[in-house]
Amino acid sequence: MSKVLRVVAFLFVSAFLILAATSMRDFGVPNDAAMDQYFIENAQAEVGANNVVTAVVFDYRGFDTLGEATVLFAAVIAVLTVFRKRKDDELIQGDGEVGA
Amino acid sequence: MNDRGMSVIVRCVTRFVYGLIIVFGFYVIMHGHLTPGGGFQGGAIVASAFALLLVSLGAAGLKGKLNKKLLQSLEEIGALAFLGLAFAGIGTAFFYNLIAHGGGFLSTAVPTGPNPGVLNAGGLVPLMNWAVGLKVMTGIASIVIIMLIGARKEEAE
Repeated sequence: MSKVLRVVAFLFVSAFLILAATSMRDFGVPNDAAMDQYFIENAQAEVGANNVVTAVVFDYRGFDTLGEATVLFAAVIAVLTVFRKRKDDELIQGDGEVGA
Repeated sequence: MNDRGMSVIVRCVTRFVYGLIIVFGFYVIMHGHLTPGGGFQGGAIVASAFALLLVSLGAAGLKGKLNKKLLQSLEEIGALAFLGLAFAGIGTAFFYNLIAHGGGFLSTAVPTGPNPGVLNAGGLVPLMNWAVGLKVMTGIASIVIIMLIGARKEEAE
């Protein structure tokens, strides 16, 4: 029973992938190049930085970078919390009650 | 691993190399708006120098050289600086590049095309690179130090 199920799943996924592969574009031909072309042509003049990737990361998509920085901040806080000095260990261990 | 760290060879090579790693990391941050790299990458390189020091010299070799409180304050300063620079152009939009086109400080007009290496350009972008670089290097360094201290405590128990 499970063998039949496995074969069916395999065939289904393979058919899906083959179907997707037949409708793919040629290599290096993007879906919609209007945005890329805009950045390539205007980013250096608009931001004044030669590195277009940095122009996107810190200017056009600066909000995204702010989120990444916040993730790092949260990671530091999490590590601090896990490895903190455990003065209140006895309080927590008692009978599961915090601050009892 | 004892408190004195690894062998004499590793410690000697570390003392030669860690300064160069830190300088390279600052170079990557400084040229973030010209060459591949930037605040995140350069900060991670500088933090890797701190991690190298911790691994090879051990905790005893770093005693008195790195202040955990100072690292954490610097991380917060970097985060606030980044946020402040983002708010600098709030008159137009969040993350508006206020000083990119003045012609003075950090605002030389760059020619479109291949990179001619104009360092004094980019407006707020290099400043943000420095802010994020400061944040990442101190953040990752303090994570490494805190985890080392925590692991040592587990060993002692």
